[in-house]
Amino acid sequence: MTDLKRRGLVATLAAAPFAAPLLAGAQALESKPKFEQISSRERIRQRYFPNLVLTAHDGRKLKFYDDLVKDKIVIFNMFYAQCQGICSPITRNLVKLQQILGDRVGKDIFMYSFTLKPKEDNVKALKHYAEMHKVKPGWLFLTGSVEDMETIRRKLGYVDPDPQVDKDVSNHIGVLKYGNEPLERWGGCPGRSAPDWIAETLSWVDWPKNQKAKVNGGGK
Amino acid sequence: MAYISKRNLRKEKEKQIAADNRRELIAAGFKRRDLLKMGLLTSAGMLIPKKGLSARPLNTRGAFDDDEPNSPPTTPFQELMPRLPVLQPVPSLNPAPTADPQPLLGEARTERHQAFQLFPPQRFYEMTQQEGTVLMAPAGELPPQTIWGFNGTTPGPLIVERYGVLGRPQDGSVLLRLRNNLPSTNGGFGLPSVTTHLHNGHTPLESDGFPCFFMERGQFYDHHYPNVYAGVLSTHQAQGGDIREAMHTLWYHDHRIDHTAENTYKGLAGAYILFNERDTGNENTGFRLPSFGDGQNPLTSFDIYMVFNDKVFDDRTGLLKFDLFNTDGILGDKFLVNGKINPVLHVSPRRYRFRWLNTGPSRFYQMFILGPNNTTKSFWQISNDGNLLERPVQVTSSRFSVAERVDVIVDFTNDAGKTFYLENRLEQHDGRGPTGDVLGAGQGDKILKIVVDGPQVADNSVNPANIPAGVYFYGFPDTNEAPRITRTFRFERGNGEWQVNGQLVGGCDRPPRFQIKRNSVEKWIFQNNSGGWQHPIHMHFEEFQTLSINGNAPAATGLITKGRKDVFRLEHNMEAVVYFRFRDFIGRIPLHCHNVVHEDHAMMVLGEINDVGDNRTNP
Repeated sequence: MTDLKRRGLVATLAAAPFAAPLLAGAQALESKPKFEQISSRERIRQRYFPNLVLTAHDGRKLKFYDDLVKDKIVIFNMFYAQCQGICSPITRNLVKLQQILGDRVGKDIFMYSFTLKPKEDNVKALKHYAEMHKVKPGWLFLTGSVEDMETIRRKLGYVDPDPQVDKDVSNHIGVLKYGNEPLERWGGCPGRSAPDWIAETLSWVDWPKNQKAKVNGGGK
Repeated sequence: MAYISKRNLRKEKEKQIAADNRRELIAAGFKRRDLLKMGLLTSAGMLIPKKGLSARPLNTRGAFDDDEPNSPPTTPFQELMPRLPVLQPVPSLNPAPTADPQPLLGEARTERHQAFQLFPPQRFYEMTQQEGTVLMAPAGELPPQTIWGFNGTTPGPLIVERYGVLGRPQDGSVLLRLRNNLPSTNGGFGLPSVTTHLHNGHTPLESDGFPCFFMERGQFYDHHYPNVYAGVLSTHQAQGGDIREAMHTLWYHDHRIDHTAENTYKGLAGAYILFNERDTGNENTGFRLPSFGDGQNPLTSFDIYMVFNDKVFDDRTGLLKFDLFNTDGILGDKFLVNGKINPVLHVSPRRYRFRWLNTGPSRFYQMFILGPNNTTKSFWQISNDGNLLERPVQVTSSRFSVAERVDVIVDFTNDAGKTFYLENRLEQHDGRGPTGDVLGAGQGDKILKIVVDGPQVADNSVNPANIPAGVYFYGFPDTNEAPRITRTFRFERGNGEWQVNGQLVGGCDRPPRFQIKRNSVEKWIFQNNSGGWQHPIHMHFEEFQTLSINGNAPAATGLITKGRKDVFRLEHNMEAVVYFRFRDFIGRIPLHCHNVVHEDHAMMVLGEINDVGDNRTNP
C-alpha cells in the first residue's frame, strides 16, 4: 500500500501548476510513458465487451467478445422469456428484421438478445422462446451467471439512472444497440421502430462495399 | 494554487488517485474473485463505491467506473483563448452552383434551391469536413487529438455576413459549399456521413441541414443562405423583411440523424454572425455595440465569440472519449472555450461584447463572472439565442442549455489590473439535466480566466447604463394574430427511449407528423411532466416568442426567458406556450431535443411546411 500512498502524493502535486517539473521527475523515476498507445478498437473492447462466457439457447458456451462481437456487425437487445411488456413488440420487430436482412444474419450480421432474468431463463427456456418465435440461425438468446449478465447490461448502457426505475425489470429499456466492431461504428435505435427503418439505420454501419450509394431522405 | 478552487483541486486529486489505483489493481493481476474477496467488487461486478477506486463512485449509472468522466489532470489557465478565424469568401466554385442539384457531379442535395433566383448568391464560401489534429491542453499534458472539423478545425471558422439593405435584400445572399472528405476510419466514434444545420437561419429548408439530408464521403452539398429577415416574401415584402426578426449570433453544426452527438462532439460545429445596418459591428454606428474589427486584433476587436463545450479524455490514452452506449446524456469534466481547455483571455479596460454558445453535448450552464475575493461582477445581457432584447438588461448570470446563445456586454472599464473567471455555478451530475441548485461564488467550475491587463484603448461603444428608458434595439414583433392551430408536444421518456407525444422519431421516409401551412401563425404547447429530466427544445427555421411558462409571463429580468428564441429550455415539470409565425419558405423541418444524446435516441418529430397544412393538434 505504500506505493498507492506515494502515488497519492504525486497526484496532489500534479494538480498544482507549480509542481509540473516535480511530476515530470516522478514519472521519469517510474520510467513509464504518461499515456499508453492503445488502439481505439482495443479501448472499446476493454470498456464495453468483457470476454465473459455466456450460454446460448442452443447450449453453446460462447465468449462475449471473442465469439460474439469480434469482426462482426452486431445487434443487441435486452429481454426475458416471460416478459409481458415491451419484449413482445421488440421480438416481433426483430423477427421481421431477420427476414429483411436475410442470409446475412449468421454470416456477418449477428443478433443477440441478453436475458435480464438469468435465473429463470435457462437454456431450455431460451430454446423454447426461440422456437416459439421461429428464430433462424444467427440470432442467439443468451444467458449466464447473474453477475455476468448484470455486467453486460451495465457495460452496454441498459441502466436507468433512477435506481427505482432501474429495479423495475418489467419496464426495462427497449433500445437496440448496434455496431460494426472492426469499423468502430456504433449506434442505437428504439426497438419499437419499424423493422425497415431499423434495417436502414444498420446500413449506416455496414461495410463500405455494402453501403447504399445514396440514402438521402430514406430513399424508399 | 490561486488558479484552482479547493473543490476542483480535490476532484482532480481523487481522480488521479482512483485512476492509478485501478491501474495498479489490474497490473497486479487481481482477478474478479480476488477483488470480491477483498471486498472491492460487488457480486454484480461493480467496484465498491469506495474513495480511491472510482472518482465518482455513487454515480447514477450504477457505480460503474469506466465511463464516468475521469480525464487525466490538466493545468488550467495556461493557454490563450483562440479567437475564431474568419472564413474568407472564394471568388468562384467549381463546378458552378446551380438551382438544381448536381448529382452527376457528386452533389448529395436532392431538392432544388427554392429561392436561388429571388436571392442570387452574392458571395461563395467553401469548407471541407475533414480530419484534423489539434492540441486541447498545454503541450505535453494531453496528446494531440484527432478531430473532425470544418476545414479540419474545431470550432470551425467563423462566418461573418451581413443582411441586405432596404430595396436590396439579396445583398446578404451567400452560398456555402460543404465537402465531405472525412476518413472511413473514425478512431473510435463518429459517422462519416453528415448534414449541416445553420442554427437558426431563416433558410430555405433544402439548405437548412435537415437530419435526413445527409451526404456521404466524397460528396458535396450546396447550402444557399439568403440571410433575409422573416417576412421577406410575405408580411414585410415591401420592407425587405421584418428587421425585428433579425438574428445576429448563429452557429452551424452536424445534424446527422441518430449520429449528431458523436459527430458534434468530435468537432463538427462552428460559429456564424450576421450584422446589419443597426447591429453594424462598428461601435461608432447603429446600436454602437463593441466593434468586431477583424475578429483577431486585440486592439480593435472587442466582439468575441466563445464556443463552450465539455469533454472527457481517456485516462489511459489521453485521447478524446465518447460514451458509445449512453442514451441519457454525456457530461465532460474538461471545459473548453474555442477548442482549448480552460484558456486565458487578456482584455483592455473597456466594454466587450461576448457571444456565448454552448455546443453540449448535454450540459446546462449558468454563467457568472467571478471577481477578486469571490465577488460576482454583473454584466448586461443583450440577446437571447442571438436575437436582441428590447434593451440591455443588467444581470448577475445567464443560464443556457445546449445550443442556446447569449450575447452579453461586460464593462471592464474600471477593472484594470483585475482578474476574473467565467464560472458555471449550475449543479449538474448527469445527462438528465441540472439539479436546479446554483452553487456559491467560487464553488462552481471556472471555465475561462479573464485578465484585464491590455493597453488602454478608446471605447466608443454605448454604455448600457446610460441608455434612456424604453426600447433601445428593435422591439419584438407582436403576438396578437390568432393562431391557425394550437399543437401540443409532450417530451417524455418510456422504456429508456425518448419520445414526443408517445411516439419515436420514426424514419426519414415516413410522412410528416405535422404540416404547417406557409405564412400562418401557430401556437405550440411544450410539456415536460418529469421532475427528473430537462430538455432544450429546438425548432428550426423560425424564432418563437414565449407567451407563458407554467401560466406565468416570461421573465424580462434575472434568468431572461422573454424575447425571440429558437431553443426552449424545458425544465422540470414545466409547461410553456410559444408563438410562431412560419413564413416565406417551405420544406421538411425537425422539432427536437438539443441534448444531442436525446436527439439521437428518437426525441425528434419530423414535419413539413407546405401550402396545405394539417390539423393535428398532438402530432
